[in-house]
This record gives sequence, structure tokens and C-alpha cells, in this order.
Amino acid sequence: MIKLNIEKELFGSSGQMNLEMKLDIKQGEFIVLTGVSGSGKTTFLRILAGLEKIDSGFIKVNEKVWIDTSNNKSALLPQKRNIGYLFQDYALFPNMSVLKNLTFAKNDKTFALSLLELVGLEELKDTMPSQLSGGQKQRVALCRAMISKPQILLLDEPLSALDLDMRKKLQEDIKLFHEEFNTTTIMVSHDPSEIYKLSSRVLLLDNGKIIKDACAKEVLLKTSGSQKFSFEGELLEIYQADILNIAVVSIANQLVKVVLDSSQAQELQVGDIVTISTKAFAPTISKKRNS
Amino acid sequence: MFDLDFEPFLVSFKLAFYTTSILFVLCVPFAWYLSQTKSKIKPALEALTALPIVLPPTVIGFYILFALSVNSPIGIFFEETFGIKLVFNFTSLVIASCFYSLPFMVQPLQAAIQNMPKSLIEASYICGKNNFQTIWYVILPNIKPAVVTAVVTTFAHTIGEFGVVLMVGGSIPGETKVASIAIYEFVELLDYESAHIYSFFMISISFAVLFCVYYFNYKQRAKYD
Repeated sequence: MIKLNIEKELFGSSGQMNLEMKLDIKQGEFIVLTGVSGSGKTTFLRILAGLEKIDSGFIKVNEKVWIDTSNNKSALLPQKRNIGYLFQDYALFPNMSVLKNLTFAKNDKTFALSLLELVGLEELKDTMPSQLSGGQKQRVALCRAMISKPQILLLDEPLSALDLDMRKKLQEDIKLFHEEFNTTTIMVSHDPSEIYKLSSRVLLLDNGKIIKDACAKEVLLKTSGSQKFSFEGELLEIYQADILNIAVVSIANQLVKVVLDSSQAQELQVGDIVTISTKAFAPTISKKRNS
Repeated sequence: MFDLDFEPFLVSFKLAFYTTSILFVLCVPFAWYLSQTKSKIKPALEALTALPIVLPPTVIGFYILFALSVNSPIGIFFEETFGIKLVFNFTSLVIASCFYSLPFMVQPLQAAIQNMPKSLIEASYICGKNNFQTIWYVILPNIKPAVVTAVVTTFAHTIGEFGVVLMVGGSIPGETKVASIAIYEFVELLDYESAHIYSFFMISISFAVLFCVYYFNYKQRAKYD
């Protein structure tokens, strides 16, 4: 459905780099772009939306040329691309009510109301955006992105500012819309559980290039060989307790303590990124809270 | 005091109304262009726009007089094609005022558009709207305090003009004799009483106008906080 081969020179925080991407995307795929910040994920979404130019290459969607630097025609404007775009900061128009935000994109009140109903916000249709919570704002923005039934839905870390419960609710909404309208969805995300739940394909970006293109399991599970568990974390502190060296490591917002031997204690420094893995033990799993 | 001639005030307000209307229509697209462009001529355009703030009004007045006079190409063109003179009449006052008050309209609008989140403009594009629709439905309603500041200060600044008006308008009663000129003439004639009344009027009107702007902006800010 989408065929592209693009190049663009970027000047990021880590200096100059080249965004180079060659991709084939099928209709109905749910693609998640992940990778360290500054690797070109957002720029790629913006290029697809027509908000950013490219240096060379082409983008074709359903055989229609959106941009091709080899012919001299100008790129298809964002207005003409029939896409939905969810911004990190929601980008709701502050001067319009919830319903007006939707009908501004497409003047179809019935459909707007049914979208709001799908995400449980029909009662807030006359509310102004400033009175909504972050989660409500993003759901309104999602409905606005969907109202023109876009062929491609682009999501730029849409849930990063929300708390865990709200994230879960929105993940379900995004999934619902993706399936209901059979859109092709491309989302930037850092959250492994989100990637795992939603994606059908994950692209790992580094320095402007795709370094892995596979399913979520392959990209995310970091165990190798006979390891049962493997986590990456940041070393926060090394201290001595009697004759033992103890390392405090932060893994996904939780702190763990690990005993080090003396040679490791000398080798490691606070701030290092470390892998903690183990082979021979049987973990127990118990329920803490209902889903 | 009621037999006082209020015509100069009417001329002042008429001039301010025309100037503000013309500048608003021209400056919204211009401020939009300045806020969006990455062109190298942007600093030059900004400097030109700001010139009337630093230049003595007589300089602007002198060049406008020079450019529009009956001996200049522009003056000759208008005289021959439309049969109108461009100096020492109300039209010339409006043209001169538009130059003189330009920064007061452009600068607040440009600053406000630049401070708007870029994503709002982009969201409007993705909603299928062109530049005109984006300016009208998204930008102007969301920079209301700046629009009010720009319109009102342009209006007030035009009312307060003196040097430029003196240079290009002369002092033709009912045509180019504005309030500020009238005060100057009263003082020259040692008619201090009339000068006092006119001046007091000017101060009252100016204060009321500025107070309204600041009060409106204060209220607007309170609404969003």
C-alpha cells in the first residue's frame, strides 16, 4: 500500500545524521516505530504527513505519488493526503468545543457524535478543551483524526503524558479504531507493553536507519541463549555492606539490589547501563490487581 | 466650551478608522508571512517594518511627501490616470498614517502567531484547511488579545500623530486638520484655554482606550489560567 524510499539530512542534538528509510507497508498493518530519542521517528511521521520535506526519494500510496524528487512536481499537500495525525500535545483548537473540533475536520455531525460515543465522551460534546483532562483531550483528538476516515493514521507518542490507567483505556480505543476502520496505523512509542499489545510490526530505528524490522516479540525480548530473565537498567549506586558490594539498579522505574563481586565493583561505574540476567531459578507470578 | 469646533477630532477619528481598517487587512497576511517564512529577507522586512518606531516622523513625512508629490512618478501617474492629487488632502494622510502606524499592527500579530503552538497550525492543515481558513478559524480566534492590542494601539497611535500629518497634510479644516495639529495652532495663537480643553480631551480618550485594552487582556488571561 505504502511504498517509500526517502533520504533527509537531519541536524539533531547528537549532530548531523542521515535519515534513510526504505519501506513497504501493507494495508491494515499496525506499525510501531521505536528507538532512542533523536533517531528520526517523529521526523519520519512528519514526512509522511507532508509537514516536513525530504532531500531525495519518493513516497507512493496506493500507486498515487505523494512526493517524488526525481520529477519536478511539488509534493502533495498535507491537506490532500487523507491522513489522521495525533500530536503529542493533542493540538485541540482551544476556541472550539469538543464537537466543533471534530466537525471542523469534517462537517458530519452524526458521525462525529457516534465517534464520541465510541470513546464514551458524547456527554462532553459542548465542553471546551481547556476543561478536559489529558486523557479526554487525547480521546477527542483521536476522534478528530478519525472523522475523515483516513487511510493512514499517524500517532506521535500519543500516550506518553498520560497515567497508566488512561493509557490502557486509550490503547483499547486506538485498537478499536484501527480495526473498525481498517486503517493503516503508524505509531511512535517507547512503552514495551503498548508495543506488544498493539503492533503487528515493529521498526527499531537508530541514527536515522531501520536496524530491526520484525514482530514485537523479536524486537523486545532481550533474553538470549539459556537466559530466563534479562533486564536493562541504569546503575545508580554501589555501596559496601560488610564484605559485600551491593549495586542499586533502576529498571523501568523500579529499584533492585544486586550483589557484586569485587572485580565487578571496580569495573562498574554509577551511570552505566547494565544488563541483569539470571538462568537458574523459577520465578513465581502472582496477581496483584485485576486488569 | 460648547461652541468649540470638534471637527479636528472627527477628522482624527476618521483617519484612525481608515488607517486601522486598511492596516488590519494588509497586516494579518503580512504578519502570517513573517511568522512562517524562513527566507533570508525576513530580517530586512522586519527592520523596515520597525523603522517608523525609531525615525522622526518628519523623515517619514518628508519622503512620503517627496514620493507622492505632483512632480514624482507616482504623483504624476495618479494625477493623469485618476485625476487625483496625493498630497495635502485626506488620502495622503491615510497613506502616510499607514506607513507610520505599520509596526503597531504588524508586531503584536507576528509575535502572537509565532508564539502559537505549531501543532495547532499543522493540525488545521491535516484537517484539510488552507492558509486562509487556518488564519481565519484557528489563528485569529486564538490570538484575540494580540488582535485587540494591535487594532487599538494602531488606532490610538494614529490619533496621536503629529509630525507626519503636519508634513503631508497641511492644516486644511475639515480635511487634514486633525486634533493634534489644532492644539499646536491654538498654542501658537496663545489660545491656551482651547489648547487645554483639546489636550484634556486627548488624554481622556487615550487613557480610556488603553485602559480598555489592558482590562480586556487581563480578563482574557484570567480565563485561560
